[in-house]
Amino acid sequence: MLDNLQLLFVYAPIMNVQMILDGIFVGAVFALIAYGLALVWGVMNVKNICQGDMVIMGGYIAFTLYQLGVHPIFAIPIVAAVMFIYGWIIYVMIIRRVIDNDMFVSLLATFGLSLLMTQVMNLIYGPEVQTIDSHFPIAMMFDDFVTIPMVKIVSLALAMLLAAAVVIFMKKSRMGQAIRATAQDARAARVLGINTDNIFAFTYSLNAAICGVAGVLVSMIWVLQPFYGIIYTLRTFAIVTAAGLGNLPGVISMSFVLGWVEQYAGIVAGAEWQVAASVLMLLAVLMWRQVQMRRQRQVVR
Amino acid sequence: MTRNQILLYLVIAVSGVLGPIMFPNYTQQMAVMWVMVIMASTWDITGGQMGYNSLGNITFFGVGMYVSAVIQVSMFYDISLYTASYGAIKPVFTDQQYFVGLFAGILAAGVSCVILARLLGMVVFGLRGPYFAIGTLGVAIAAGQIAGTMDTIGGGAGISMPFFPWDIQLRSAFFYIICFTLAVASHFTIRWLFSTQFGLAANAIRDDEDKAEAMGIPTQKYKQFGWGIAAFYMGCIGAVFGNMVGYIEPVEVAFPAPTFGIFMVAMALLGGKGTLWGPVLGAVLFHVVKETTWTYLLGWQWVALGFILIVNIVYFQQGIMGWLQTKYPEKFGIIVDQSNVQAKEEA
Repeated sequence: MLDNLQLLFVYAPIMNVQMILDGIFVGAVFALIAYGLALVWGVMNVKNICQGDMVIMGGYIAFTLYQLGVHPIFAIPIVAAVMFIYGWIIYVMIIRRVIDNDMFVSLLATFGLSLLMTQVMNLIYGPEVQTIDSHFPIAMMFDDFVTIPMVKIVSLALAMLLAAAVVIFMKKSRMGQAIRATAQDARAARVLGINTDNIFAFTYSLNAAICGVAGVLVSMIWVLQPFYGIIYTLRTFAIVTAAGLGNLPGVISMSFVLGWVEQYAGIVAGAEWQVAASVLMLLAVLMWRQVQMRRQRQVVR
Repeated sequence: MTRNQILLYLVIAVSGVLGPIMFPNYTQQMAVMWVMVIMASTWDITGGQMGYNSLGNITFFGVGMYVSAVIQVSMFYDISLYTASYGAIKPVFTDQQYFVGLFAGILAAGVSCVILARLLGMVVFGLRGPYFAIGTLGVAIAAGQIAGTMDTIGGGAGISMPFFPWDIQLRSAFFYIICFTLAVASHFTIRWLFSTQFGLAANAIRDDEDKAEAMGIPTQKYKQFGWGIAAFYMGCIGAVFGNMVGYIEPVEVAFPAPTFGIFMVAMALLGGKGTLWGPVLGAVLFHVVKETTWTYLLGWQWVALGFILIVNIVYFQQGIMGWLQTKYPEKFGIIVDQSNVQAKEEA
């Protein structure tokens, strides 16, 4: 561990550039997924545990299309459409029936869904690690110390584009206004003639579509494996819990922080700590929130 | 105890004893069934009765497993040498060494899990509702990941447990007896616990924690106590399960948070949470379904279980005991105010 620290800060400080860049690349993807979760959580108060599995599912759809000869970038709209429909089906079958119950029910129902999705993907694609080769060049900088695959830059640009599109959609469009009104007060929105059931369905499907697109980016810059879904879920929960709902700058900055924490934990403490780091960060965030609330004699709820 | 209850206990005792004698090939499966019964009914102490829906009780299962493994081996051998050989060296444990180690291991597992529950409780019991569930899930997954990084206890490769010294025929019967005894002990502990003031306080916390606190109930103490009892039995049964399986590995065997950590909740919900018999009934049913799908739907068993979990939660939340209670409230000693029912029907 000390050797690694020495390597980072004494012998090759240029490696930090690599890690910070990598943190930004993964953080952008986390930010997309976390924004989707914050949307669903804030609008309909559903803690969507199958968030990570939707990401992996989107990735696998792109993987299938890639095997059929479609380039992953062109697969993005197809995946978004498929995931949107999938989200709508899930909403009608499951989420609508648990939405009025206490929150633990929705948590468990989506957990069951997560288990189901994981295992179906495991049956279809097998437990091997898969990735999509999108044939972009790799750039080298600083005497080959820093390698930047172009695909990561492309994915960063795409993530930013999509995030901007979603934010503008939420701010400007009629549907976005209705979603925000429902998030503020579902009952009042219903009184004013908004079909909240439709809004909930749309929000959930939009989240699924966002997750699907994030999954395509993951499949290009990272790897897919059926059982990685739960890790993405925990990461997004850490981000959203730390940032708070409806706090877009907070979500984005926390995503980058999580990306950096994971990169540095992976180098300094060893690769097996990379996953543990994100989970430990979730726990740290929960503890910190607790200390904050206890000062006002409150609890985290 | 009424006559019916004594009869029920007699039936369970007789079937528990006669089961492995009549069907010796299924002894191990029946032992696992009692493990599931313990999981579901200890989850119900905090989950069903107290309203603290933990998704991380599996942590104690795994910690108990590892503590007992370390103690069993290191009482007589050097643990780091043992794990470094990845099972290539098979040190011979004498009869006495094995059984002394096993029972010391089980006891130490239980006690260390109580201590762990005390420490964790200080952190997680400030969280409420879904945050508690997510936090405990995080604890369970972190525990699995951290256990995978520790080389002294085998890291990701795991530990193989000492060999059972007696005849192999006796092995499953021996572990069956331990599991059955622990299940009975845990059942009577919970039964006794909820006949005392603890039961009332737990239900008060479930119904409205702030009001309970305002009434002067030391809620934190009760929560810690309930979780401690659950942790003790989970630790003990984890130690036994590790020995029964014979091989410990951090993610799949010791800390299977996304599968068994959720199944124990599903079992309690299937039977009806917040009741004494619900989790037992749910665990037995779930295990039967699980073993059937394992035999006849090989490859699709996890899918089937996930499907059952969703159907159970979405369409049948109150569980079997809960359904019976609403259907025949008189049988459970619940007095229904008829005027209330009528008012509800009219509204």
